[in-house]
Amino acid sequence: MSIFVNQDSKVIFQGFTGQHATFHAEEAIKTGTNVVGGVTPGKGGTTHLGRPVFDTVAEAVEATGADVSAIFVPPAFAADAIMEAIDAGIKVAVVIADGIPVQDMVRVQRYRAGRDTLVIGPNTPGIITPGQCKVGIMPAHIYKPGRIGVVSRSGTLNYEAVEQMTALGLGQSTSVGIGGDPVNGTDFVTVLKAFEADPDTDAVVMIGEIGGPQEVAAARWAKENMRKPIVGFVAGLSAPPGRRMGHAGAIIAGEEDTAKAKMDLMEQLGLYVARNPAHIGETVMRALREHGLA
Amino acid sequence: MNIHEYQAKELLRSYQVPVPAGNVAFSDGQAYSIAEQIGGERWVIKAQIHAGGRGKAGGVKVADSLEEVRRIADEMIGMTLVTHQTGPKGRVVKRVLVEEASTIVAEYYLGFVIDRATQRITIVASSEGGVEIEEVAKHNPDKIIRETIDPAIGLADFQCRKVAAAMGLRDKERMTQLVRIMKRIYRCFRDKDALQAEINPLAQVDGGKLICLDAKFNFDTNALYRHPDINELRDLDEEDPKEVEASGHGLNYIALDGDIGCIVNGAGLAMATMDAITLHGGRPANFLDVGGGASPEKVTNACRIVMEDPNVKALLVNIFAGINRCDWIATGLIQAYRTLNIELPMVVRLAGTNVEQGRKILEDSGLPFVQAANLDDAAAKAVATIKGESA
Repeated sequence: MSIFVNQDSKVIFQGFTGQHATFHAEEAIKTGTNVVGGVTPGKGGTTHLGRPVFDTVAEAVEATGADVSAIFVPPAFAADAIMEAIDAGIKVAVVIADGIPVQDMVRVQRYRAGRDTLVIGPNTPGIITPGQCKVGIMPAHIYKPGRIGVVSRSGTLNYEAVEQMTALGLGQSTSVGIGGDPVNGTDFVTVLKAFEADPDTDAVVMIGEIGGPQEVAAARWAKENMRKPIVGFVAGLSAPPGRRMGHAGAIIAGEEDTAKAKMDLMEQLGLYVARNPAHIGETVMRALREHGLA
Repeated sequence: MNIHEYQAKELLRSYQVPVPAGNVAFSDGQAYSIAEQIGGERWVIKAQIHAGGRGKAGGVKVADSLEEVRRIADEMIGMTLVTHQTGPKGRVVKRVLVEEASTIVAEYYLGFVIDRATQRITIVASSEGGVEIEEVAKHNPDKIIRETIDPAIGLADFQCRKVAAAMGLRDKERMTQLVRIMKRIYRCFRDKDALQAEINPLAQVDGGKLICLDAKFNFDTNALYRHPDINELRDLDEEDPKEVEASGHGLNYIALDGDIGCIVNGAGLAMATMDAITLHGGRPANFLDVGGGASPEKVTNACRIVMEDPNVKALLVNIFAGINRCDWIATGLIQAYRTLNIELPMVVRLAGTNVEQGRKILEDSGLPFVQAANLDDAAAKAVATIKGESA
């Protein structure tokens, strides 16, 4: 098993015929993802990469039974595209775009309230269940099927952690990038809940960064609700306060936003904390051993 | 993106939010004629820089005559103001705001932020105005009032009345004024894609009127494409010229005060690389994210911008190629090395797509790249280079 996406997921691409969507749809197909079609307004009725193109997400869902959408729409139009996916009943909408106005996401989150679409991102490399389904822009070849769940705000730091795990022979059940924006569709808690319930996940790696209350909220939730071990890391120990470190959401606005404060709290709440980003893999190994899982 | 106080006040004025009569001056003569135009007997001259703490640093002064306005403006324009928010180098004052002076009866705090926990625009208010809200939050947390706004409904009158009552503004006249002010600021905040607005103080002045005596706005740079009027308010003098240049090349650069220049792809990995250097006892000179498609030109620009910092004694390149390819990165590094005549030691860590080819290209180049096997190794080698030099 896995969380959110698997070999049964039927994936469409929004902005299907664009250059990036085309490249990443081809990559997804190569890795065995079931890409059933795509949406480009005005190109409905044509085919692209041997799959049908539709004018609206609703028509694509109706015709293909798609339940996952990879949204490759530029930032200015992304909020609208996400709402279209939610409206059409898509179960998992993955939003790659970096640079969506924050207030657009505030409105999207309001629109989403009371509906059951999971919005992953924005500003994310996406989600991958190795060997089954890849929805995003991550390099599939670094991931190996296995029993560790990964959730991160950063993309390349996710790759870094995965490489360290692979070097130790540890594969992943699913890897989720929740994205680097200040208002995102899915928080750490939602992903942790899913990993806790997944019989094929033994442990979880949670990679956060400076700014925002999400890591601490997740650690608090995990203390009460999770039996599986969690390895935590928070990037930005050496980041100056008040500056946005690349990601729109990575900014120290108060004392509780710092990497040290977050990691201290994670440790107090019983997580395994890798204080050094180079030690994420070995900390996972230690957690597994102490839980009799390796 | 931050704007100046006088720009924030002009924006508020355009939404019919009460602010003192005043205008911006770039010279002492201009300051004089603005004060003359405003009339009255007392004026406030306020240095316009994008940093708080101006009052304590001598950036806010009161004048009792037009000649004094001229003298203060002359002193202030061109002076370097050092506040707790400017860093030790301070900022040069290039413009001042000249305003009518107000007689303050009471000071309040009124702020709008995008709260990350509720994911909504939230009002933060307090009866304790004129001091930093962080201090109030620390020492008097029960004096902080929060009210979350439903984006589908907007700010409702009753919410404003709740805030007014909690602030102690209970008489009908003051309550009505505050409801109007809050709703107008909210509309401005929403219309213009602000991320933060701070009125501190919101003052009750002689005669009972509520007025915004100071105003700070921060806007979402990702939304500037739909607000050309806000984009025009950008003041490049208030930004680090190197950061501006880097962003022109699609690079995200932030200067720090260490000596190991960092070139990394991805914001998270860039931060983690800085952290690894710090944990090995070194000091990163910068944050730099080259982004996704790191072409040879981009890599060369990144090297050049990082090396322009005279404190940089070594370079650490950490690339985890996803969509990118390590062989292209390696080619780019060799090109950068030759074009820029790099003499600094350069530690390179490549990982991801085509890593073996990339490493081989660097090795075969005959150039003195120090290759690292992983993140830890890279940080250790970069720090060792510096320590070896200083020893």
